[in-house]
Amino acid sequence: MRDLSIVFEGAAGQGVQTITKLLLPVLKNCGYHVFSCTEFMSRIRGGSNTTEIRVTEKPRQAYVFRIDMLFALSPMAHEHLDRRIDDDTLVFAESERCALPAKGNCIETPVKALALEAGSPVFSNTVIAGMVLGLLGVPLEELDALLRDRFHEKGEEIVLKNITAARLGYDWGRNCPAAGNIDLPHCDSDGSPAKLLMDGTAALGIGAIAAGCNFISSYPMSPSTGLLTFLAEKADAFGVVVDQAEDEIAAINAGLGASFAGARAVVTTSGGGFDLMQEGVSLAGMLELPIVIHIGQRPGPATGLPTRTEQGDFNLVLHAGHGEFARVVFAPGTLEELVRLTQRAFAVAHRFHIPVFLLTDQFLLDAETSMEAGAIQRFPLEEAIVETAEEYLPYRFTEDGLSPRGVPGYGKGLVRADSDEHSEAGFITEDFEVRRRMIEKRLARIGPLREQALLPTVTGLIDNARTLVVGWGSNRGVIEEALDLLGDPHVAGLHFSQLFPLNPAVASLLGERKLIVLENNPTSQFAGYLAIETGKNIAGRILKATGEPFSVEEVVEALRKEVGHE
Amino acid sequence: MSDKQTRFDMPPHTDVAWCPGCGNHMLLTAVKEALDDLGIDPRQLVMVSGIGQAAKAPQYINANMFNGLHGRALPAALGIRLSNRNLVVVVESGDGDMYGEGGNHFLHAIRRNFDVTMIIHNNMVYGLTKGQASPTSPIGMRTPVQVKGVIPEPFNPLAVAIALDAPFVARTFAGDIAQTRSVIAEAIRFKGCSIVDVFQPCVIFNKQNTYKWFREHTCSMPEDHNPADRIAAFALAIQHEPLPLGIFYRNGKRALYEDQSGITETPLYRQPPPGDGEFEKLIDAYR
Repeated sequence: MRDLSIVFEGAAGQGVQTITKLLLPVLKNCGYHVFSCTEFMSRIRGGSNTTEIRVTEKPRQAYVFRIDMLFALSPMAHEHLDRRIDDDTLVFAESERCALPAKGNCIETPVKALALEAGSPVFSNTVIAGMVLGLLGVPLEELDALLRDRFHEKGEEIVLKNITAARLGYDWGRNCPAAGNIDLPHCDSDGSPAKLLMDGTAALGIGAIAAGCNFISSYPMSPSTGLLTFLAEKADAFGVVVDQAEDEIAAINAGLGASFAGARAVVTTSGGGFDLMQEGVSLAGMLELPIVIHIGQRPGPATGLPTRTEQGDFNLVLHAGHGEFARVVFAPGTLEELVRLTQRAFAVAHRFHIPVFLLTDQFLLDAETSMEAGAIQRFPLEEAIVETAEEYLPYRFTEDGLSPRGVPGYGKGLVRADSDEHSEAGFITEDFEVRRRMIEKRLARIGPLREQALLPTVTGLIDNARTLVVGWGSNRGVIEEALDLLGDPHVAGLHFSQLFPLNPAVASLLGERKLIVLENNPTSQFAGYLAIETGKNIAGRILKATGEPFSVEEVVEALRKEVGHE
Repeated sequence: MSDKQTRFDMPPHTDVAWCPGCGNHMLLTAVKEALDDLGIDPRQLVMVSGIGQAAKAPQYINANMFNGLHGRALPAALGIRLSNRNLVVVVESGDGDMYGEGGNHFLHAIRRNFDVTMIIHNNMVYGLTKGQASPTSPIGMRTPVQVKGVIPEPFNPLAVAIALDAPFVARTFAGDIAQTRSVIAEAIRFKGCSIVDVFQPCVIFNKQNTYKWFREHTCSMPEDHNPADRIAAFALAIQHEPLPLGIFYRNGKRALYEDQSGITETPLYRQPPPGDGEFEKLIDAYR
């Protein structure tokens, strides 16, 4: 009984995602831990895309290179996946559609014939979902219920044809000789399918709704667009104002206008779009306006690999915007952290009147994971806005540098914001003494921001550890799983979900341990900052920047080398 | 200049950063008087601007102010309006800010048709950066950068606006405070995206388009012009000699972006966060 990895390969537009959308909830409802991630090309039709589903013994959130079962549906499957197929891989393919690879255990799979038998080739994906359940020996009832739910709006005939297609696939799977060789991990179902299943984008969106987010202005850009779509879909139910901006410059400036008027605003973009937003980051710093900026990272420079993943924008957000002001950078690594830290991002932005960044990436946003419902927590909102008095000063000097935040139209005062250096009243000034004090005011919040900074999460036992594997953002899952497989009590993991500023306690937490950083970028951007901040030496770097996520296998291998197991 | 007191006046000692003789002074008077005529509560008014000499205008008006970045007045104004539609939002900035750096936003603000009044100081030159060409500078005008004279065709804001069916399009001359005041009042009263391009002489850097030049090269709107006639309005907008002043185009039929987007009267800062029940329902969709 080991973890199972099933990969579905197909051309864009072929509906590989549909298979996943059917299988994941079924497997989840049957009590399995599931994880799925996707990789796809930047095109609308054709090419070769894959989705990997993992059925695992323990909850996992990482990509594995190994393929146990492959459903190859496009002619490019062989070329695209050759390096991942070994002699143990069961390759399900139709020779009519797809040249069977030389490697692997190839099984002629009559998808088209069974779909036609059910009524039309459009039922192919349902046939495949049925086949998988048959091969795994998972009961068909859950799938039938799901198909009924998904297709009931299209009428009873479509529902029944889908159910027939699933049954035909299922029976084929049950009778396939390979079925006997497939082991499923232990199923921990107690009969109550209380688990949730969602992707990173949904967790981000749920976090935003929980945070009282009521304004989004953004320009679509992969892989960040999902948050805009999510909030647009929920706009009426949750009173969210959604505006698709003409460009990213407009997006962030509209977000800041909204924030000035009292909204809880977010913008979502990727590195290239964020390049255009930088003037707005600087403006947020100057006007002391709260705004949450979500960046779904993808490989650059320039257009880079639009649909792939990377962690290359840490330095960008750390230094974005001219002039000096406070900021915070969060990098959630799990669904639970996405929900929680999105709320924290809003809370910190509104408590300290600053721009706050959420750094995610394509891998994290698109990956779907089963999780316990209890992991989703909602935190109360803090009062952020005051009714102004007649003599209100929006930039009044205070001990902690934070002036009570008024908004236009609420109270007897006037609210003035100026991107020039300004007086306490918000008017342009070139008074050097006021300038000196305003800088002090804007930077005074850095101290408390450090003190309140989240500490990294430890995997394993840090007291025993001689080596620490340091990661951030979406690499949490792969590091945890690799350490689990490595099973070395002297190696622990340290995951940073807040990258900036660092809590002063981080240096002592690192101690004198050997530090190995793992980052999905070519120059270990975060490690560079960590070394400067803590004065620690980075002993090893596990880096990647191919556009793919780290696989568990490669991290285990790299760690073995680093800690001398080889 | 008019000595009328308005509730938008700043304290008398307020230092104004404009040059003596600048058309901005007259325009400021016209704006404050128009706001006063409309009986607007300064606390319900947000003056939004970008960067430049014109963009300093909100500093001299007793109201809420968002003096943002160069070219970005309109996106900020949009964010403000969508977050609180009870506020009166007036954008006041220069030709470089609105037609150059912010040109894209100008187009898309008109497309949306949210309730905003744009007052654009059009002096056909960059003043604060010391005399370079602006998007509306005439061909051939020599500047320290355009040493052989301006080459590109000047931007025609009125023709562009009418082409996009901007529902209120007007032009005035700052030297005529009375007309500027009444057109601006009309524009603010109008529900939708209204554009008032104001010829405003720069006495330091534009030696060509002077008070005298504007008086000699402008004319009143033809008495028989029907502002509902878009074709006629366009013809007047592309007329060069003389340049008509007044309301070119008015279309009361365009729906307001706020209405179409379902923006309610409740400002976002008053909107309660989602209830626990609603939030639970949101989570339940992922069971």
